[in-house]
Amino acid sequence: MRIADTFARLRTEGRPGLVTYTTAGDPDLPRSAEILKALDRAGADVLEVGVPFSDPLADGPVIQRATERALAAGGSLRASLSLVEQVRPHVAAPIVVFSYANPILRMGVDAFAARAAAAGVDGVLALDLPIEEAGDFRATLKAAGLDTIFLLSPTTTDARIRKASELGSGFLYGISRLGVTGARDSVASGAEALVRRIRAHTSMPIALGFGISRPEHVAEVGAYADAAVVGSALVSKIAESSVSSDLIDRVVEYVRWLKGAGRPEGRPLHV
Amino acid sequence: MGPHAKYKTMTATPSVTRRDPDARGYFGEFGGRYVPETLVEPVEALERAYLEVRDDPAFAAELNRLFKHYVGRPTPVYETSRLAEAAGGARIFLKREDLTHTGAHKINNALGQALLASRMGKRRIVAETGAGQHGVASATACALLGLECHVYMGAEDMDRQALNVFRMRLLGADVCRVDAGSRTLKDAINEAMRDWVTNVSDTYYLLGSVLGPHPYPLMVREFQSVIGREARAQILELAGRLPDAIVACVGGGSNAIGMFDAFIDDKAVRLIGVEAGGDRIIRGRHAARFAGGSAGVLQGTRTFVLQDEDGNIELTHSISAGLDYAAVGPEHAWLRAIGRAEYAHVTDAGALDAFQTLARLEGILPALESAHAVAYAQRVAKELGPSGIVLVNLSGRGDKDVNTVEKALDARQAAESL
Repeated sequence: MRIADTFARLRTEGRPGLVTYTTAGDPDLPRSAEILKALDRAGADVLEVGVPFSDPLADGPVIQRATERALAAGGSLRASLSLVEQVRPHVAAPIVVFSYANPILRMGVDAFAARAAAAGVDGVLALDLPIEEAGDFRATLKAAGLDTIFLLSPTTTDARIRKASELGSGFLYGISRLGVTGARDSVASGAEALVRRIRAHTSMPIALGFGISRPEHVAEVGAYADAAVVGSALVSKIAESSVSSDLIDRVVEYVRWLKGAGRPEGRPLHV
Repeated sequence: MGPHAKYKTMTATPSVTRRDPDARGYFGEFGGRYVPETLVEPVEALERAYLEVRDDPAFAAELNRLFKHYVGRPTPVYETSRLAEAAGGARIFLKREDLTHTGAHKINNALGQALLASRMGKRRIVAETGAGQHGVASATACALLGLECHVYMGAEDMDRQALNVFRMRLLGADVCRVDAGSRTLKDAINEAMRDWVTNVSDTYYLLGSVLGPHPYPLMVREFQSVIGREARAQILELAGRLPDAIVACVGGGSNAIGMFDAFIDDKAVRLIGVEAGGDRIIRGRHAARFAGGSAGVLQGTRTFVLQDEDGNIELTHSISAGLDYAAVGPEHAWLRAIGRAEYAHVTDAGALDAFQTLARLEGILPALESAHAVAYAQRVAKELGPSGIVLVNLSGRGDKDVNTVEKALDARQAAESL
């Protein structure tokens, strides 16, 4: 119950959490492992490990490119679970596997749940497996001790918010804006309203993502959500630093900057 | 045409009496609604809007008026003479969807959905296209109804279907080049879905085949089912009986479903879908999902998919852009599972031969997609013998393909002269 414990601790400490997304195998599997350890060291509260998939239709260009790099470097669902298994002893933060449905269905939901649990995964978010399609999936994950995390969007009706909070566990992931993943200059205007709408139905922790790229965004979101998710901006940082020998230092520095401690070197991120 | 044929109910749902998927959009174990959260509510709203117009006589009257006066329906059924003679067996009839306005069956669905979009108050249309026929049909429907049209098309397809790209632009559509992935139809669908999820409040996604999340496979089938309704009446009149076999090419499978639908309950009629065999059935060099695929989820639906052991979608190849796609419509997967339809494949070379044969023997240039069906129909005709009847859905005309065919024939000649 690492996820529940983490959010309980965040609430006790009265601070918002930082959830990071990176693609497993980007820029390659060994450095992907180092990045996950570095994110944990730098203070990320939850690590989302993205499974590369050939057809990432909910992702913008930054994560599409990361996916292509990861697939070229041997990334896959199996490799992602091995990666989690490898870093788990060195990482305190909960780990959430973020995947499209097909790799999981191809492995088989039972086999996936068993392997994910054995690897030390804490929760699973399947991007194109909405509540209506996730019945058996959720039950199997639950039996294996894994949280099923559902996404909620500005288009989600109140009835479905209630259903997601009944069926989901760990936390709920609010999508701050319509569209695909990608860093933006500001937090979406409807983000706070979405979080308040979700709060009206559940006491489950809420992480808010899509478009968050700067410490001011993290702080702004932290005022009403339990955590902010940073994905594309971090993936861009990794992409632009991947040829450099101090990739890991830059990732650490970037996460500390997001958390409001110090400035990263170089130009500000615009994606 | 007469009123809708009534079919036995497959699964009881309150809103429908026809042979429909269940309430969650499943044909047996295929179909469903595997979409990102943001699209769940829009897809449900689309389903509600569609079910409303489906039973609205005014909507049907408007669509039928366009079918008759704008599209040129009913399209004829034509009995070949020299083709049948060359095949050496059964009588071969062609359902001439190539004679529709814009030259392919795609216009039936594009008009239906564009009318629905107008009803829903959506003025901005996005569509994907492979061969360009659905893109042209969408651009045409949007021009007719005064809607804004954006067509996503893979870069490779834009190169091999340059004529259709120009046609779409002439019709006022914005053609968006997609450089991701395999740069073909699959990637165009990804990009169209990304556009839709971003602009969902004012945008309608006009999907071109019996693919994607429910209700698309149902809705597109219903708009295309005019093909089979007409053809069934026409063949009864011309031949005095139902055909022994119906042959149609299957990319996503909308022309095939549109033809098969009226014959589903005619159990003696063999329904044969023809997939693209490409070079031959080796990984990455074909698009025959039933020959090399397995059950999986792609772009909103659970169906037969060409995928690797990690669940990544494999590259596909076909000489015809419209069949060059890694998944097949879920209703086809179901019809195959229950044994009601059978599926075969024809290679690039076989399609090329049929293209030339039909041109020379009947004076008809078929689309390369449809040429796959013609090729297989010749085989079936021979097997059936002189007493048999084969009905082929000639889904589109081949003008768009003449450059591709010229290149392929040059390459063949070069190879033979070595």
